[in-house]
Amino acid sequence: MSKNRILVFNVLLFAILMVMLTGLVHAETITLYSGRSKSLVDPIIRQFTKDTGIEVKVSYANTAQLASKLKTEGEKSAASLFWAQDAGALGSVSKGGLFAKLPESVLGKVPTTFRHKDGHWVATSGRARVLAYSPERVEKENLPESVFELTQPAWRGKVGWAPLNASFQAFVTALRSQVGEERTEKWLRDMKANGAKTYPKNSAIIEALAAGEIDLGLPNHYYLFRFKKSDSKYPVEQTFFKAKDAGNLVNVAGIGLLKHSKHNETALKFIDYLLSIKAQQYFVSEVFEYPVIEGVIPNANLLPLDELLKIVPKFDLNEMDDLEGTVKLLRRVGII
Amino acid sequence: MITDGFRRIIDRRRTLFLIGQRWYSLLPAFVVSIGGLIPLGYLFAEAFDVESSDLYANLFRWRNAELFLNTLLLTVGVLVLNILIATPAAWLTSRSDLRYKRIFSVLCTLPLAIPGYVMAYALLALGGNNGIFASIFGKSIPRLSGYWGALIALSFYTSPYLFLNLRTALLGLDTSLEESARSLGYKQWRVFIRVVMPQLRPAFYAAGLLICLHVLGDFGVVSLMRYETFSYALYAEYNIAFESNYGAWLALMLLGFTGCLLFLETRLLKGVVLHRAGHGTSRYPSFISLDGWRKVGYLYLGLLFLTTVGIPTATVILWMFRGFETSALNSVFEALAGSLGVAIPSAVCCAILAVPFAYLSIRYPSLLSNMIARIPYIIYAIPPLAFALSIIIFLGSPKTILVLIYACILHFLAEALGPVRSSLYQASPHLEEAARSLGCSPFQAFFRSMFPLISRGMLTAAALVFLATMKELPLMFLLRPIGYETLAFNAFDYTGEAMFAEAAPYAFLILLCSAVFIGPLTRQERV
Repeated sequence: MSKNRILVFNVLLFAILMVMLTGLVHAETITLYSGRSKSLVDPIIRQFTKDTGIEVKVSYANTAQLASKLKTEGEKSAASLFWAQDAGALGSVSKGGLFAKLPESVLGKVPTTFRHKDGHWVATSGRARVLAYSPERVEKENLPESVFELTQPAWRGKVGWAPLNASFQAFVTALRSQVGEERTEKWLRDMKANGAKTYPKNSAIIEALAAGEIDLGLPNHYYLFRFKKSDSKYPVEQTFFKAKDAGNLVNVAGIGLLKHSKHNETALKFIDYLLSIKAQQYFVSEVFEYPVIEGVIPNANLLPLDELLKIVPKFDLNEMDDLEGTVKLLRRVGII
Repeated sequence: MITDGFRRIIDRRRTLFLIGQRWYSLLPAFVVSIGGLIPLGYLFAEAFDVESSDLYANLFRWRNAELFLNTLLLTVGVLVLNILIATPAAWLTSRSDLRYKRIFSVLCTLPLAIPGYVMAYALLALGGNNGIFASIFGKSIPRLSGYWGALIALSFYTSPYLFLNLRTALLGLDTSLEESARSLGYKQWRVFIRVVMPQLRPAFYAAGLLICLHVLGDFGVVSLMRYETFSYALYAEYNIAFESNYGAWLALMLLGFTGCLLFLETRLLKGVVLHRAGHGTSRYPSFISLDGWRKVGYLYLGLLFLTTVGIPTATVILWMFRGFETSALNSVFEALAGSLGVAIPSAVCCAILAVPFAYLSIRYPSLLSNMIARIPYIIYAIPPLAFALSIIIFLGSPKTILVLIYACILHFLAEALGPVRSSLYQASPHLEEAARSLGCSPFQAFFRSMFPLISRGMLTAAALVFLATMKELPLMFLLRPIGYETLAFNAFDYTGEAMFAEAAPYAFLILLCSAVFIGPLTRQERV
């Protein structure tokens, strides 16, 4: 028995060594820290390797954690690229002085709203905060017009949110800079007092809506489509608040090049690839996200980008880097 | 009093002398302790790296009291429910005359293979307007959530810890004691309560400790069930950022909680001697006839299996039919190899490493050896995220898989200790002494007299660590070398993005591998 185990162990060690060796043989390799889930980006990374022959080694983790990891590692980091889930984390790494300035040839591909003011990062896709609802229990015309109406007694105990989610926190950061600290805090307190239900993530909000636990929810826009994909009659719908309402925030996923990276040229090819029509089409058709460049066939389920930009509140993604302040606020209110 | 204190001093001298003679048994303890000190040091440094005003704000929040109460309620609830679920199952599969006991015990161990969040998803999917219950019976039942949801999900997937520990203990019992009790006029059930139950105490405590630690460390279940405990708040903190002062405080509070539990266990276990003391040899267990109750026994075990394993497995299979895409299979085999590559070495090492710890604390009971025996539990209670982070800070970002294996061994050693200790409690030291007197060296004596007796416990230990490592997430997340794939990571990643169909093959493989590993485990036993 134990001899067998030792044998198995040795075989495994050998296999691992072989995998490492084959890794060394590849000429061009870049290392990517991805705060985006593997489930969302793995197909396009594989496609990139297929198209260019460049191997990408990916370390997947939570965006905020990777941002702190990068700051801890500093110059010693193995990463060439940091692909983050939200602009806030990119902002904080940029503040730490770890990003290199991207060349104009890359930055020029996206509108100025979708890139860092000094060119430290560029957006790769966009996603909107929406109001998800149960069409069985709420008439469309009775839906609240603003995120501020969710504190009304009519919605007592009927709203679901996900305060642990980075996108929700980004929304609160945006809210703070739009309507001020005081009003944001009041809104959070009122929401809490109104019995808002806490879910661990966006997908759980959608499931709770379908199950009849809540009537309204505040998720990102693309989760519902994944449920609809397998069940077209899934009993949840979503919409936006009235134009320019703070609840309609559009956040981005974005990528930056690390200053200390040794593979700058190769890494830039990856960023370039993400901004190509092919990759953007993937984000739009498969991940149900908004493109950041022109010329992509729009997803029939999504608002066209220019219409979306008309209803989102005026907001600068560069101001999203005060996650710490948001966390302090959420903690003070007792939500997290 | 004077004689008492005097004896204690002599005892201590003797113990120290004996330990000193076997200094090499302290080596593993030393290595593990150093490994555990690093993250502890890190937590303290992080916790006190703050201005005092913030410190007070963090420490004396009303929320901490709420979290404490919630955690306590959940822990106690899970323990009670577990005892209710697992004790009958363990007895039925070891001492009754039911048939297919081996198969039933495999089935009762299987919930271990199910990741907590999969269990929670499965239970959640039952209720609600859109739930499975509603689609079958046309009437919706409310979804499980909050305290009861967390309680049930956690009890289901931790019940095998108690089951396995109890079963190992029940199988190792010396039934001549029971026979004596019966010959002295005790009825069957009184024998169970007065004679069997007290002998199961170490098993109860060891399993109880593990279960408590699981409940204290679980995030997946409590977050999905929306029940806020320490671990929930802790995860929230580390989700937001790596360095979290409040997170470090929560972790230290959790450690304090664990410290209390460990203290309690030590007090309860004090002076327990279960091995045979007199002449004669112990007897293998006899099977007790259930007669008319046999059907009830089958029904109970069957229902237990259906609810704890059937529901989640069915859920995973249902996921597969939700529009499966083959692209998700891209890295299945890589992930499988990755998971096994960590789980197998960790399991083997933990089972071996647990022996000196258990040996020291049982054969040479003293303050020192007791403290040493508790070190793995303290390490186990360090939140994996903080643990992993401290390793990164100390060793740099891991480049080889060995770092991850090292972390898994340290973290899961506590899971291995219980079964090894339970079996060592039942192995009489006289055998070893006899071997020594016949001219064996200490090592030889141990391997020839003790090892065969505790090998079953070691196997159980290896199985527990294997299953836990297969499911492990936070350590894998931070400590695997870049590009290293595991099943648990993929399953979690896909479910997190609501891509259940794609998550299914990974979750299913975790179940399958674990089931395969549980199978041969029970073959070693005399049933």
